[in-house]
Amino acid sequence: MNAKLFTGNMKTMKNIVYIISALFAITATAQQTPAPVQQGVYTIMNATAHIGNGEVIENSVIVIENGIITAIADATSVKMDLKGERIDGYGMHVYPGIIAMNSTLGLVEVDAVNASDDEREIGTFNPHIRSLIAYNAESRVVESMRPNGVLLAQIVPRGGRISGKSSVVQLDAWNWEDAAIRTDDGVHINWPSSFRRSGTWYELGPIEPSKNYKEQVTELTDFLNSAQAYNSTVTPVGLNLKYAALQPALNGDENFYIHVDGEKAIRDVLKFIKANNIKKPVIIGGREADKVATELVAMNVPVVAGRVHDLPAREDEDVDMPYKFPKLLADKGVMVALENSGSMERHQARNFPFYAGTVAGYGMDMEQALMMITLTPAKILGIDKKYGSLEQGKSATLFISKGNALDMRGNQLTRAFIDGRDISLDSHQTELYERYMNKFGAEIKR
Amino acid sequence: MKRIFSLLLLVGISVHAQEYFPNNDDISAVSNITRVITNATIVTSPGKIISNGTIIIKNGKIEAIGNGISIPKNAVVEDAGGNYLYPSFIESYGDLSIKTPQRASSNGTAQYDEGRKGYYWNDHIRAEQSAMDYFMYDTKEAKKYVDAGFGTVQTHLHDGIARGNGMLIALDNNGTDADRILKQESGNFFSLSKSRQSNQSYPTSMMGGLALLRQTHFDADWYAKGHSKSKDLSLEALNAKKNLVQIIEAGNKKNLLRVDQLGDRIGKQFVIVGGEDAYEMIADVKATNAALIVPVNFPDAYDVSNPNLEWFVNLGDMRDWKQAPGNLMTLSKAGITYAVTTKDLKSPADLMSKLKQAIAYGLTEDQALAALTTTPAGILQITDMVGTLEKGKLANFIMTSGKLFEDDTEIYENWVKGSKHLIKDRSTKDIDGTYATTINGTTYDISIKGKGKKSTVKIDSITLGSIITYDGDWINIVTTQKETDNKSYTRFLATSQMNNLSGTAYLPNGQEIAFTAMKNKDASKDEDDEEKEDDDKAVKQMGTMTYPNIGYGSISKPTEETILYRNATVWTNEQEGILEHTDVLVKDGQIAQIGKNLSAGNARIVDATGKHLTSGIVDEHSHIAIDNGVNEAGHNSTAEVTIEDVVDHEDINIYRNLAGGVTSSQLLHGSANPIGGRSAIIKLKWGYKAEEMIYKDSPKFIKFALGENVKQSRSQNGVRFPQTRMGVEQVFEDYFSRARAYANSKNDKDFRYDEEMEVLLEILESERFVSCHSYVQSEINMLMKVAEKHGFRINTFTHILEGYKVAEKMAEHGAGGSTFSDWWAYKYEVNDAIPYNGAIMHSQGVLTAFNSDDAEMSRRLNQEAAKAVKYGGVSEEEAWKFVTLNPAKLLHIDDRTGSIKKGKDADLVLWNANPLSVTARPEITMIDGIVFFDLERDLGFRESIKEERQQLVNEMIMAKNKGMKTQTPKKKDKTLYECETIHW
Repeated sequence: MNAKLFTGNMKTMKNIVYIISALFAITATAQQTPAPVQQGVYTIMNATAHIGNGEVIENSVIVIENGIITAIADATSVKMDLKGERIDGYGMHVYPGIIAMNSTLGLVEVDAVNASDDEREIGTFNPHIRSLIAYNAESRVVESMRPNGVLLAQIVPRGGRISGKSSVVQLDAWNWEDAAIRTDDGVHINWPSSFRRSGTWYELGPIEPSKNYKEQVTELTDFLNSAQAYNSTVTPVGLNLKYAALQPALNGDENFYIHVDGEKAIRDVLKFIKANNIKKPVIIGGREADKVATELVAMNVPVVAGRVHDLPAREDEDVDMPYKFPKLLADKGVMVALENSGSMERHQARNFPFYAGTVAGYGMDMEQALMMITLTPAKILGIDKKYGSLEQGKSATLFISKGNALDMRGNQLTRAFIDGRDISLDSHQTELYERYMNKFGAEIKR
Repeated sequence: MKRIFSLLLLVGISVHAQEYFPNNDDISAVSNITRVITNATIVTSPGKIISNGTIIIKNGKIEAIGNGISIPKNAVVEDAGGNYLYPSFIESYGDLSIKTPQRASSNGTAQYDEGRKGYYWNDHIRAEQSAMDYFMYDTKEAKKYVDAGFGTVQTHLHDGIARGNGMLIALDNNGTDADRILKQESGNFFSLSKSRQSNQSYPTSMMGGLALLRQTHFDADWYAKGHSKSKDLSLEALNAKKNLVQIIEAGNKKNLLRVDQLGDRIGKQFVIVGGEDAYEMIADVKATNAALIVPVNFPDAYDVSNPNLEWFVNLGDMRDWKQAPGNLMTLSKAGITYAVTTKDLKSPADLMSKLKQAIAYGLTEDQALAALTTTPAGILQITDMVGTLEKGKLANFIMTSGKLFEDDTEIYENWVKGSKHLIKDRSTKDIDGTYATTINGTTYDISIKGKGKKSTVKIDSITLGSIITYDGDWINIVTTQKETDNKSYTRFLATSQMNNLSGTAYLPNGQEIAFTAMKNKDASKDEDDEEKEDDDKAVKQMGTMTYPNIGYGSISKPTEETILYRNATVWTNEQEGILEHTDVLVKDGQIAQIGKNLSAGNARIVDATGKHLTSGIVDEHSHIAIDNGVNEAGHNSTAEVTIEDVVDHEDINIYRNLAGGVTSSQLLHGSANPIGGRSAIIKLKWGYKAEEMIYKDSPKFIKFALGENVKQSRSQNGVRFPQTRMGVEQVFEDYFSRARAYANSKNDKDFRYDEEMEVLLEILESERFVSCHSYVQSEINMLMKVAEKHGFRINTFTHILEGYKVAEKMAEHGAGGSTFSDWWAYKYEVNDAIPYNGAIMHSQGVLTAFNSDDAEMSRRLNQEAAKAVKYGGVSEEEAWKFVTLNPAKLLHIDDRTGSIKKGKDADLVLWNANPLSVTARPEITMIDGIVFFDLERDLGFRESIKEERQQLVNEMIMAKNKGMKTQTPKKKDKTLYECETIHW
């Protein structure tokens, strides 16, 4: 090899390395570093504690040690020695970390950039597909959740009849392994649609009853039955990843999330649950589930209500239906959590607190509304022993807000903790804010 | 030439050879025999009846008609037996016998340029087409029309936005084209649908179609004056066909009004095809003064027997079913000139049942007949030929068994140009009745009813299964006897004479027995039938109609009130700031007084204690309430189109927006091209029509766009210039330079008026404001520089998600920013979008607003405003202005709305709480002092919608049980447009 050329190349290489590292440096500053494991002790004093189970302690004291809430009590009635760093919460509010259910955070970075999209595998029956390994813990969208108090999320794959398995993650992590707080919490079934739309995406034709509905339900049932049969054999013949992947859910170790809308379809789902002895069913979306509330309660099926900030499903429907729907369900005794799947669902996930706030605006008690994005989802996800409420012995995954965190104006976080780790509330967005306010010599308000 | 040749061929072999033609297949013989029909009840025109009349026909025309006419010798005379003669019907809008050209093939790449030379620049303008060139008489199809009673059809090629002329044909199936072609040029046709013969993109929207028709006509005038240097066969044809009746297919009532407005602009009074829902806006339709050609394809009832399917059907669609048959009656009452057309019907045979439906709703039989005969003749200007039965007109008439629109009436014959077409043998007798039947000496009482499989035959008291068929005056009856497992059949073949039957019975055992049957009495009607008849006699009512005529419409148009809001927290958006315990008086549509303890006078008092009163929300960027396309994407500049042409006053999202406190919206063109279309700035006056919603003396706006959308970044095969941001700059440079040149050419001899250039000139002259879709700082900066170079200012950057990076430049330029509160990550160019954008721009003195671009978000813009408090600490008072006063200023409507100030329009919202609170919801939304949303009233609507649905569901089930046709429930949704929606 020509020596001269070689040195020339070396120079170019150096330049490239320099440029690349410069690029990384920029990206690195835009990415927040996950907080280290909790070292000392934190005591949050005098804040209003919103427990997440519907209760409030107006003037609370909360002690956090080794990532755990070791004490939470009414400061006016309890005497204890103050330990560690004292955080003055006077006039402020403490909330359990908000949980974004049925989200695709970290699976797609930019909607319109195909190369950044990992949310949808091809194929119809994909129970073996696992969202967790594609979850990008360093997504810039993910880090924009934390300043709004959204600290946990269920990451769900999309597409197909069975889209795969979700996992629950915390949103301040180095990598997916680090992020996982419950791996493979359940399998997701997209229930066949009982109607179909004609026309094109740009000019909608009318919606009509689907002719394939029954066939598709049968196909799904057959698949499940086959999986049952496969898994009931002591030593299955051959290896079938798809069937094998269903075993934990069939055994009741994982949830069956069934994404379904419409009264008829929900009733069919309930029949399906009974017929197939589905042990831990959860309905996601659930439009018109209020008409089936009695059965849902009797069968103990929770509903994760579809996006609150949505339009009524039809022209004649009550103008405020999506706003009041979670309350309609809750009033009938159904266990209700919130989700936000739909267009632009990822960056909008930071609005989870305001979805709950809106539900409160349409008649729900504010603390009950909070429960729909904290303790109830934690219960559904099977993580409520550790997460979802401010209770002694639970993980210190919580945040402090200057005002009502379910109101846009009040949602002003001063501190947030995940497993006691004192996490950053910055993001590349706050950095850009500060950079340009500094450029203009203007006062930064945050 | 080819055409004419084949025509000659047809004529050559015909028995109807014209007298000067050589004849090689027979001897020459004159066959112009005079035909006479006597003893007819002749309806010469609606309402004019000659009883026991005679009609004399010669050479295809009516030679004489009336009573007591002497019958010429050597004539063929028929006795009509008292049957009725009516003028045969005229179809004004057919495509009968027109061969539709093939659809142009596509290679998947958009085609922006024209595909033809020597014609207009747009392939969808095909004024040069002539029906004659596509004509090939289709006897089989024509027979359907003949059987339905039609004698004349105006037919044309249904293809293109300008379609060229039609032709008038007589449906003489016995004759040749030489007999059939009445007029080679009849009617000049237009539509709002593109030609299938070309894939040229423009127009991609209805507003583009309207703009194209405008410019085409401006160009035709210009061409007619000899200004063009080159040949344009389309424009020449358009000019040459100017004196034909100008007919345009519009469709629903809204499009009907749109094309009439187009006609006003280009100086044309169109005959308009459409208006099947004209009853919903009858006064406006009347005001067009247009003659109409109206389809009668009234919808079938929805099959709602399954409640799970019922919800698919909107109340508005249920009402359509109930009300559409009342359309013709409504048109007649309003004195509108209209013909009916079989367009949209599955077959012309369905026409009669549809008209009978209309008659049940109060249309008179004369009106129905007129819409089929005299009126179309008048509209098509062919009253000299057809429409009535008068001397000298074509002998086009039908013979019917009775009054035309009566249930049992049958059409026996259809005479076209004096040539008889037999439809049903009039010797066929109705044999229903009871007969004393003698078989083998024994007499049975046999009663017979109905025909085909629906017939019954009773012998004494035993009912037999039966099938009865007729063939002329022969009757064939097959009866079934059941004996345990075996079925056996008896066949009767008989002929009827003077109410009696005589014939042979063929028994199952092979025996043949002659029989005679003497009629005792006619069949009695069942009680059911009688009930049905009573039912049918009462004029059917159209039922509830509202403004607009869908769910959540009001029974009467909402009107202005004098209202005193007592003791509210008033967000003035003025220097006074937020006033506690304050009264606001609304009078004459305006804010009359603001103060404490105002005297109410006769005002309705609204107790606003503990509530907040604000000015209405103004959405700077909305795409609700738009019909048939939000993007005209066919060119990279489409300044000639305007959303004002396509405002949809019936979009339910208007009501939903009101429920969210929105009172004004800018309906923007989409972002498919750098220079988009003009905006409509509207007040959300739900229940009012589009032109009443659009601001009076509206500020003029146009949409520009930059970035990914205009450079077609996500298109696999984008071929339209520009494909880069670099190109985008040059598009603007090019168009503004051209607009300048255009301005300088106005005194030239050959000056050509160009709507697009006129609009661009308005921008250059700062008479029209720009609202520009934009994301990244480079392009924002670029456009400001281009504008500065050309001497104008960019009024608003909309979306403007990197506005914060160039906020000081924007402030200096004087551009405002209307942004999303917190959207990002949906495409590459919004990577650096931050929710602090609004706060930063605001801090640098940029007039800042938050907008929706989304029918869902627009109904909670108050929540979005509150995010300016969260992200960047904007004060509540200022944050509130982001969705009220600031967008009003951006839209130059702040002299009328946007704050609570004496003398401003009373566009107000009463909130249950601080409007920035997450729990805030509007209780009253008013515009111009008219309450358009009221929470109490809304709850009432919900109840009344439920009740009315239930009632209509009952009626539809009843209709189904009566055996009427039904259709599967369908849910019809409006497309929700956003910036990027391309297509029509």
